[in-house]
Formats: sequence, structure tokens, C-alpha cells
Amino acid sequence: MLSRTAENLYWLARYVERAEYLARTIDATLRVTALPAAYIGKTNEWDSALLTAGVAASFYEQYKEANETNVVEYLSFSPNNPSSIRNCIEAARLNSRSVRTALTSEMWDTINSAWIELQEVWSKGTSTREDLAKFLRFVQETSLRFDGSAYRTMLRNDAYWFSRLGLHLERADNTARILDVKYHVLLPEEEHVGGPLDFYQWSSILRSVSALTAYHWVYRETLKPWLVADLLILNGTLPRSLASCYDNLTRNLDQIGVAYGRQGPAQRHARGIRNRLEHSNMNDIFQHGVHEFIQEFIVDNSRLGEIIAKQYLI
Amino acid sequence: MAVAFDEMNIPGGDLRPAYQELARWLKETPPEALEYRRQEAELLFRRIGITFAVYGESESTERLIPFDVIPRIMSGKEWTLLEKGLKQRVRALNMFLRDIYHGRDILRAEIVPDDLIFQNPVFRPEMNGQQVPHDVYVHIAGIDIIRVDAEHFIVLEDNARTPSGVSYMLENREIMMRLFPDLFARHRVAPVERYPDELLSALRSVAPNGASGEPTVALLTPGVYNSAYYEHSFLADKLGIELVEGRDLIVKNNEVFMRTTEGVKRVDVIYRRVDDDYLDPLTFRPDSALGVPGLMSAYAAGNITLANAVGTGIADDKAIYSYMPEIVKFYLGEEPILKNVQTWRCREPKDLAYVLDHLGDLVVKEVHGSGGYGMLIGPAATKATIEAFREKLKREPEGFIAQPTLALSTCPTCTASGLAPRHVDLRPFVLTGSKSTTIVPGGLTRVALKEGSLVVNSSQGGGTKDTWILDE
Repeated sequence: MLSRTAENLYWLARYVERAEYLARTIDATLRVTALPAAYIGKTNEWDSALLTAGVAASFYEQYKEANETNVVEYLSFSPNNPSSIRNCIEAARLNSRSVRTALTSEMWDTINSAWIELQEVWSKGTSTREDLAKFLRFVQETSLRFDGSAYRTMLRNDAYWFSRLGLHLERADNTARILDVKYHVLLPEEEHVGGPLDFYQWSSILRSVSALTAYHWVYRETLKPWLVADLLILNGTLPRSLASCYDNLTRNLDQIGVAYGRQGPAQRHARGIRNRLEHSNMNDIFQHGVHEFIQEFIVDNSRLGEIIAKQYLI
Repeated sequence: MAVAFDEMNIPGGDLRPAYQELARWLKETPPEALEYRRQEAELLFRRIGITFAVYGESESTERLIPFDVIPRIMSGKEWTLLEKGLKQRVRALNMFLRDIYHGRDILRAEIVPDDLIFQNPVFRPEMNGQQVPHDVYVHIAGIDIIRVDAEHFIVLEDNARTPSGVSYMLENREIMMRLFPDLFARHRVAPVERYPDELLSALRSVAPNGASGEPTVALLTPGVYNSAYYEHSFLADKLGIELVEGRDLIVKNNEVFMRTTEGVKRVDVIYRRVDDDYLDPLTFRPDSALGVPGLMSAYAAGNITLANAVGTGIADDKAIYSYMPEIVKFYLGEEPILKNVQTWRCREPKDLAYVLDHLGDLVVKEVHGSGGYGMLIGPAATKATIEAFREKLKREPEGFIAQPTLALSTCPTCTASGLAPRHVDLRPFVLTGSKSTTIVPGGLTRVALKEGSLVVNSSQGGGTKDTWILDE
């Protein structure tokens, strides 16, 4: 397929995934901030939402204070934030238009309808909490629909694999970032582990990656930071975990390699990361430092993006 | 101005036969049901994203072309005549183009004046003596036809460069079949859906001789901001070929390749929807980022087919248009089946004098204009506009032609105040491959939605209708 088409498909999937992640982040933050102060302490959840989205620096160039109004505006609608939900969906739609021939009609319909609906939301604004909640739900549903229609309707060929690469690369990045920020902010020294503060903070992380119920199924225990880290980093059964993302990345890259009759640096690099995840356990990771581990992962992950681009997309 | 021919009603109250079933159906169908389906249709168009961009407005402005749910119907007999006339005309256009860029017999015979060719900005000296694969120049022609009475169809314009609108012909039909299955059950409408197949086989048939047995065809678009981008992606999809932009193509050793995830792949035929000027910055406009550097040398080396060929603009030039009856006679030795609109060539002093005296009754068009821009519609213009145009005409008479304001036929159309007659034209699409010329039965009917208006261009607020050819 055309390199440009593959590139567009890859980024299209990334934008949709990112929009969903932002919606989840805002949603989870809203829940935590709605709790009485006694349950959540003095941390500013809106700051940490900006950090996990990786836009704190650019936010403070434009705003003084990270409060609900400013952060929600910046993450959802701001035209000045290149990765606001609005810009993600705009970009996804523009990408979709330029690769319409590679999309199934269900995928196009999902993106185009979302874009049409979004125009209406912007013109009306989301002044109330209900409006905002509705909007966030709509973004998550768009992503579900898009993902579902891709899964159900696309031929299993390179078009599909490249779009899955974008999805899993973006997802791994998001999971790693949220874990890093929260761990950084939260790994408590004086706070009594297992207290109510902890509980709500950790449950908000899990909620933002849609894994709260999964946690209980897997561990059958109250929320513990190291188990949350274990779930999000190493547990291959959780679709958002780093391990699971890399299972998919290596598989999709192998499928491309087989179809094209040629393996390359992308396949090797992805396999390297996957092996490292497979052969790690939480003890080693804690020894090494969770923050360091995740930082290295984020660099490795974005390096894979560069290698894929060089090998196939340019 | 003559009274417009009504496609549905014979004066005195009778219905023309092709419309009898539709009239019965309309009588049974409550206006709310029509309105409901009109809204459904609009929703479908919007969701599918069947839009066009409007130039001069912000880049992201995408508009829907208004769609009218009442079909325009023609009998099979009328179509057969039209089809014959269209094939004849396109054959002549092709022969004319080959001649102009090679032997120039028609100039030597003094049928068409030399300077109309050589002074013409759309004439491409680069194509002189250039052999094009299979001698086909106009692979895809969109001929604009108007109807003036029960017997006569007249050609308004030949579009021989990159005619657009065929996606609307196909999508209009799809949407009509979805919304009005009952209406189709009561008619025998000739299908148009094989157009993409015919286009693909026409394009394959004109591949260069050096191409492999399965020639690779690609559609070249200027990109998502082009007004006809929807059509480009639609056609590439239906044809199952790559939709490429200039940056996707490279020329190596006079062969054209596209960049793919598996390395470069040779391309044999390009259905290009990019104008001549932008095709190759090395030959034409150096500032163009839309084209492919070196494409013209690959073309000259005979390694790529461009459809339509480069330089076809000379055949759809409005100044040449007025010579079409002579052109048909010269090459084919036949009487033209389809007539031209009477045309005054402002370059000729006698014609200019007449035009200047009758500006208020005439339509004056720029010779190289398109899309309904830069024209004067005398009867609808203010005194001041007419005077301003008079000055333009005197300054540069060779830039204009004039035609009588024609009574375009009318067709019943949904309006705010119920069904009412509105003026229509028709653009059928004529395909020419190495062996044959074909036309699917139908075309794009454009309709002027404003009462009394004769301007059907989508860029000027016109709409479209499904066009039915009844199979009898």
C-alpha cells in the first residue's frame, strides 16, 4: 500500500486512541475532585491530569492556574492545544478523508458522524456538568465504535495492521504516562498505605484506564500500588497493560513482515521490548525504580514509532 | 426568450409518456412523505461526506450540493439518439486533438483559424508531435447537454480536461434506490452502476505497450482541499486503485513509480484530476507542489498514459466550441447529430458589433472560464453590470463568446412551496478506450433551484437530480 496511506491509518488510530484517553482522564479526575477533601488530601488532581496528558508546560504558557474550568477547556476544546480532544478528532477526520479508500464505510461513518456531532457541541458549548459528562461519554463511545468497526469490518491486511500499530503504540504510551505521573505524585512516604486517600487515588488511575473491575478479578485484594503497577505493566491479560500492547505490536509487525516477506529493525526493536517485559517481575522493577523503568519504556516506545516510520511510512 | 420546454407536461394538460408513472405516484404520495425523504437524503449525503469545497472560503468549508428527490426521466428512444450524437462528437474531438498536435490538416483546410490554436493559452506546444498511447486523448468526456424541445438536444459545452460530477450520478442513484424502492419498482430504470467497471477497463486498455499484462492504474488528486476531492476518493475506491498525490509518485529513468510500504511500484496509467499546469513543475509551473517532477519526460518516453492526455483543453475551449459542427463534418464526413448553441465569436468584428448591440439579451462567457464564473447573463443583469461588461468586451473581444439566453427545459422540483418547474441541464460521461467508446445510460442532471434561474453550476447554488433512462 502507499506509504502515505499507511502513515495516515497509523496516525488516525493514534488520534482516536488519544482522544479516548483524554476523555477518560478528565472523567476520572472529575470523580476524584468531587470527593470531600478528607478523602483525597491536598494534591491538585488537575495538575496531575495535565502531567499525564503531557501538556503541563504548554498549559502554563496560556493559563495561570490549573483548575477544573481551565484544564477541561484546555484538554477538551482548546484549539491551541495540538492534542486536545477537539484537535484529535479534527485530525482524525482529516486523515480519514485522505485515506477514505483504505477505510471501511463503517469506520468513515464513525469518524465523520463524530466530527459532525462535535461541530454541534462546540457551537453550543458544554456549560454544565451534564453536558460535559455527555461529551466525554460521546468521545469514549466514538473510540469504541471506531475500534469495533475496524475490528469487525477491515480486511486482515497491512491496512489493518498499520492502524493497530498506531493504536497499541499510543495506548502503551498513555498507560506508561499515567502510571509514571501517578506513581511520582502518589508513592507515599508519610501517607499510610491502604488508607482512604490511597484508595481513591488508585481507583481513579484504574478507572482512567478502564481496569478497576479487572483489578478485582485478577487480585481479589484491596487496591495496592505495587499490584496496580503489576497489572498495568506486566499483566498480559489486561488489554491496556504494556505487556499486552507489546504482544500486539510484535504480532502486527510480524504479520506485516510475513506479508512483505521481509523483517527489519522495527520487528527487532519491538521484540526486544517485549522480551524485557516478559522477563521482568515487579520485584526487579521496584529494585530498579518504577519511575526509571517507565521512563526508559516511554523512550523505547517512541523510538519504535520512529523506526516504524523510517521502515515503512516515509 | 422562448418559453422553456416542460419535460413532464405537454401544454394543454397531458403528460409526456415517460412521466406518467411518476405523476401517478406523486399524486398518491403526501407532501410530508416527500419532505421526510428529502431530509433523509440530505442526512445520508452529509454522513457519507458527499461534499465539495468552495473556493474563496476558508479551507475547511465543505458544502453539500443540494439534492432534489424528483428524478428527471428520459425515454429509451430519446437516449438512443443522444448516445449516438455523443459518441459521434467525442470521436471527432479525439481526431481533432490528434490532428492539432500532429498533421494539422484542419488548419491547412482553413476550417479553424490558426491563431485560435497557437495563441491559445490552453494549447500545449509540448505535445507537438508527441505520440499518445493508442491515440486516445479524451478518455473521459463530460458533455453538457440542454434540451430545447421534444426533438432537440443541444450541446452547451464540451468538457475534455478533467470533467467532474460522475460520483453524483452514481451516489444520487444509490440514495434514490434506498429512499424510493417503491418508485423503482414501478419503472424500468437502466442501471448506471457499471460505470466504474467501464472506466477501469477503458483505462487499462490504454496502458503503454511496455506495461505488464495487468497494468497498474492510479488516480492522481491535488489532495483533500480540492473541490472535487470527494469524487476522487470515491472513484479510486470503486475502481480499486490507489488514490495518489504528487508526493506519492517519483520518476526514475523515465518510469513512474509510487512509494509504497514495500518499496516503489511502477505505475502505467494515471487517471489524473490535476490540471495540465500543475502536472510537472519541471515542464509547467515551477511553483506547483501538486505535481510530479519528471512526469512529462516519462510521458514523452511513452512509459505512462495520462488520462485525459495533456493539452486536451484546446478541444473544450469555448472559442473552438463554435467550430464543432465543422469539426465533426471535417473528420467524419457526417452531419452532426447534436447541434451547437448559436454562438457569436466576439473576435470577429461583425459578431462583436451584434453582441454589443444586444448585451441585454445575451449570455456572454469568457472563452477560458469555467464553473459559471466571469459570465454575464444579460436579461438578469443590472444596467451597471452590463456597462461594465461592455468595457471588458471592447478591451479584449477575443476573450469572449456570446450566446442567446437559452430556454433550458424544466423539470418538476421540490421547492419551499411545493413542486414547481426548474431549469435543468444534463452531463453524460463518455468513456473512450483503445477499442471502443461507451456511455452508461444516464448522467448528471443539474438543476437551477432558484425560480427562473438558468444557472445550474454547483458553485453557484445549483443542485442535482437523479437521471432516469427508461428501458423500453
